[in-house]
Amino acid sequence: MELVNLFIRSIFIENMIFAFFLGMCSYLAVSKTVKTAMGLGIAVTFTLLVTVPVNYLVDTKLLQPGALVWLDPSLAGYDLSFLSFIIFIAVVAAIVQLLEMIIERFSPSLYNALGIFLPLIAVNCSILGAALFVQERAYKTLSEATVFAAGSGVGWALAIVALAAIRERLKYSHIPAPLRGLGITFIITGLMGMAFMSFMGIKI
Amino acid sequence: MSQITKSEPKEALFSKKNVKILKDPLNESNPVTVQVLGICSSLAITVKLEPAIVMGFSVLVVMACANLITSLLRNLIPNRIRIIVQLVIVAALVILVDQVLKAYVYDVSKQLSVFVGLIITNCILMGRIEAFALANTPWKAFLDGIGNGVAYAAVLIIVAFVRELFGSGQLFGIQVIPDSWYLDNGGWYSNNGLMLLPPMALIVLAVLIWVQRAKFRQLIEN
Repeated sequence: MELVNLFIRSIFIENMIFAFFLGMCSYLAVSKTVKTAMGLGIAVTFTLLVTVPVNYLVDTKLLQPGALVWLDPSLAGYDLSFLSFIIFIAVVAAIVQLLEMIIERFSPSLYNALGIFLPLIAVNCSILGAALFVQERAYKTLSEATVFAAGSGVGWALAIVALAAIRERLKYSHIPAPLRGLGITFIITGLMGMAFMSFMGIKI
Repeated sequence: MSQITKSEPKEALFSKKNVKILKDPLNESNPVTVQVLGICSSLAITVKLEPAIVMGFSVLVVMACANLITSLLRNLIPNRIRIIVQLVIVAALVILVDQVLKAYVYDVSKQLSVFVGLIITNCILMGRIEAFALANTPWKAFLDGIGNGVAYAAVLIIVAFVRELFGSGQLFGIQVIPDSWYLDNGGWYSNNGLMLLPPMALIVLAVLIWVQRAKFRQLIEN
């Protein structure tokens, strides 16, 4: 039940885009049509689902104060947590590269659908952000971290698809010239964020 | 590339061209409002001025150093693995900044939480390194880093100023709107609580873009 709650919360209430503005760059750049937005959304969810558990294990088994005990009791005094930024980003970049190769080998059709977006994802803030949130909020088990990753990914995909759907229809409306493009997109995102805030306080 | 740099005539440190590199990001090619870079890690920390200034300054430092280092190494980095090299340079600098913040301004560092780490994936950094530092001499890259860092910090500070002033009636945590104005004390004023919520950061930024594009009409999109 706790996990379902976490899942719902990370989709709606603590949405990566509306609450933390993570992954904004690609959110704004790739939300012109629903189809590409969907592709990127799926790719981000997939990457989150793989990288966050791996980073969680790296954090708890290698980096945290005293995490190296499982290797040898004499290593209990080491604290490598200052290295977490560089290790996390290296893990993310390596996994994205690996995913790209695996998908290309086993599912060319998926590779063609996601192809152009996959390399971009390495520098998507929401991927590194999720890994850092897991560390910051000290999720206790691997399943909690995985569920959080799934929820954040789905929430991100939901947000980008919704924005793309609105932007496709935007060309029929009269917008003041200086506000066209970027400006109106920010306002729409702000209004969507306000709508999502109405989910606050929901508990299952 | 090395031939190009050799054939360039020597120019003064603050020649017209260099000043333009420094100043351009502040108006027509602002990294946040025009090039749409670096919004990711910026808006979530604009509720109050103090963290916004610390964040802006951190990005400025990381950016100037990263641009300088990449530009110094630009003829040594193999093209195929340049992204990884850039990420490592930036990540190392961010670790330094994070440790300094933890040591000297611990409270603010706690407020910024994960967003210091997210400077690594800030698109401004990768964008400027890719677009500018890899193709220009160190001094120019350094100036470009400073210019873009200042422009980024300026946007953060403007948004944070509006949000803190109207959201909580304070600036830097000091009450600026007189207590006697508030409804509780028999006045007519009350804070706009909406300003403290995340969506308002986007709307304040949208208004900023609106004002800027109304001024520089060549930026208007079709």
